[in-house]
Amino acid sequence: MITFIPRDKVSKNWIIIAPILSIVFTIFFGLLIFTFLGYNPLETLYQIFVSPFSRIDRISDILVKACPLIIIGTGLMLCFKSNVWNIGAEGQFIMGALLAGFIALSFPNIETKFFLLITILAGFVGGALWAFIPAILKTKLNVNEILVSLMLVYVAMLFIDFIVRGPLRDPMSFGFPLSKPYPEGALINKIPFPGIGFLGQLHYGILFVFLLVPFSWIFVNKTLGGFKINVLGSAPQAAKFAGFKQNSITITVLLLSGGLAGVAGVIEVSANIGQLQPEVSFGYGFTAIIVAFLGRLSPIGILFAGIIIATVKLGADNAQMTMGIPKVVTGLFEGILLFFLLTGETLQKYKIKWSEGKK
Amino acid sequence: MIKFCIRIFSLIALSISVLFFVISSAFAGSPTKVGFVYLTTPGDHGWTYAHELGKQMVEKRFGKDVKVSVVENVPEGPDATRVIRELAKQGNEIIFTTSFGYMEPTLKVAKEFPNVKFEHITGYKRSKNVATGNIRFYEGRYIQGVVAGLMTKTNKIGYIGAYPIAEVIMGINAFAQGLKSVNKDASISVIWANTWYDPVKEADAAKVHIAEGADVLAQHTDSPAMLQIAEKNGAMGFGQSTDMSAFAPKAQLFASINNWGPYYIKKIEELRNGKWNTGDGPNHWPGNVWGGIKSDMLVISKFQNMPANVAQKAQEALDGIKSGKINIFAGPLIDNTGKEIIPAGKALDDGALWGMNYYLQGVNGKVPG
Repeated sequence: MITFIPRDKVSKNWIIIAPILSIVFTIFFGLLIFTFLGYNPLETLYQIFVSPFSRIDRISDILVKACPLIIIGTGLMLCFKSNVWNIGAEGQFIMGALLAGFIALSFPNIETKFFLLITILAGFVGGALWAFIPAILKTKLNVNEILVSLMLVYVAMLFIDFIVRGPLRDPMSFGFPLSKPYPEGALINKIPFPGIGFLGQLHYGILFVFLLVPFSWIFVNKTLGGFKINVLGSAPQAAKFAGFKQNSITITVLLLSGGLAGVAGVIEVSANIGQLQPEVSFGYGFTAIIVAFLGRLSPIGILFAGIIIATVKLGADNAQMTMGIPKVVTGLFEGILLFFLLTGETLQKYKIKWSEGKK
Repeated sequence: MIKFCIRIFSLIALSISVLFFVISSAFAGSPTKVGFVYLTTPGDHGWTYAHELGKQMVEKRFGKDVKVSVVENVPEGPDATRVIRELAKQGNEIIFTTSFGYMEPTLKVAKEFPNVKFEHITGYKRSKNVATGNIRFYEGRYIQGVVAGLMTKTNKIGYIGAYPIAEVIMGINAFAQGLKSVNKDASISVIWANTWYDPVKEADAAKVHIAEGADVLAQHTDSPAMLQIAEKNGAMGFGQSTDMSAFAPKAQLFASINNWGPYYIKKIEELRNGKWNTGDGPNHWPGNVWGGIKSDMLVISKFQNMPANVAQKAQEALDGIKSGKINIFAGPLIDNTGKEIIPAGKALDDGALWGMNYYLQGVNGKVPG
């Protein structure tokens, strides 16, 4: 039997050493695996970690990929901090995108970009409403929010599938399940850089991330609301004695995280796809859970965690394009990376105790 | 710690050298650089595997004259745009995007790289540098219908469809036409899997069909799961995209094989000769290839597990389609509600095929949506 015992205090040195050790271990095992499978190990590592930074437009690709992860991750942070386990961000992302898409497609000729404020708001509402279901079930009927939020993901997937095959299908799409293209006013444009032009797919939606990160940092660290969330998560009894209303906090964090996931959905679809299709998310809602924990449930941490995950994903694609390494191999490497990062994180806070098998 | 620093330094040194290598090789360029984007991995033993076989034919045919890059498991969305753009940036001169959902991403990137040629598989939008390619899968399904009609004892045919889109529906209707030509009593039931590839769902659908009494199964999904279930339950079926007899040696009657190789080779050759083009005009029709049995893009595997007289009928159907003697969608065509689609003496054209949203006689139920 292995038991984890919390450490009395976390050593300052280990806060620095642990992540470095995690990365050294990751690289070591990566080298081992790549060598064993017959790929040039150093070039593989180069492709995964360095090549995504080797051109400025590739860096912008990282930002584009990280954008939804950071937005969703920040919302999930609020939930996880207060011990509310919202696993359904993927579904909230879809419902946000869907409601915004419905409004966008209802005004086919709109051109003004102010319309985006409405669609983004609609996305927030859509995502928040979807998260409201587990919120109300948890607070009124004490139903486990993990199960409800997760199962609602599949409901959302099937629902958008139905919508783009039926009510919102473009009659010109030859029966393929696609909506009409969004009107100009609902599209998020790419950012033009003077003298360079566009950098990959880099779009104005990224600005939302740069607003969200400092804003959420202030909320978590400097406001009463953030304080309540922290206390509820780390010491529920204390929160009770202080008179914090647990139910209203639970509902608030679920609405906020659902809303943010919805906004991520709007930005992703409006900037990168430009119409509704059966699949609008690609596991962002689930990957963002890893991002939230990898970022140690702090806004700045989540910013970096989003960038790390995006980098490795893009690096895996590059490794495949240039060296022909299959996705399963780079996926394995991603797993190793996350394993060691989270192990390092855990062992900082907990001691391992091996007890003899006597229970 | 020191070791770690050394590792970092060597990594940086290596990265710089690799960077130079990449830059220098970009300017050397004698082999034609060809890119492929796959939806899943060749391990699906169906759709993507068929493209992988085509890619291997390209490599075999051109040898050192081509350099092929492949990206697998690319979801149909923003990732596709990025991957296709990256392939174009890396100097690939022709890029094959092998799934319908890559249509908009392909067009988007093509606009940014007017000198790169793009080949989008199964799409319908073309441009100056985007051509489209597709296979007349429905021709194979007509022959499947003929064989099914002669092999079935229960007169119940189970069909597993991916999505109710025109391509799948025309396959079902072609199957029905083949079936009707030999057996007026048999009928087809369709189960929609709502996925192109999900062995578990496909297997479940097959089990339902068999439980309802179907003894011949057909599929428009990608995995061999249906045939494996058929094999276990003593039913028969047809392989999809690739020869699946290894998965169901006793159950596969034959397979309709997607043969992309010759098409890829032709297009790469055109590019190398400077003859690649999609023609003028708003639709760029010359840039569209929709080949079938006649042009060898659809290949019928050997007829097996059936009596000689059935195999002979199947061969006749195959020959008839090849020679043009059989027009699968020739009138009179009546849909399964009794409405006439087209009178005798006329036949549906390609445009009408892509607008199919009805079942012909011999199919049960109605098209969802």
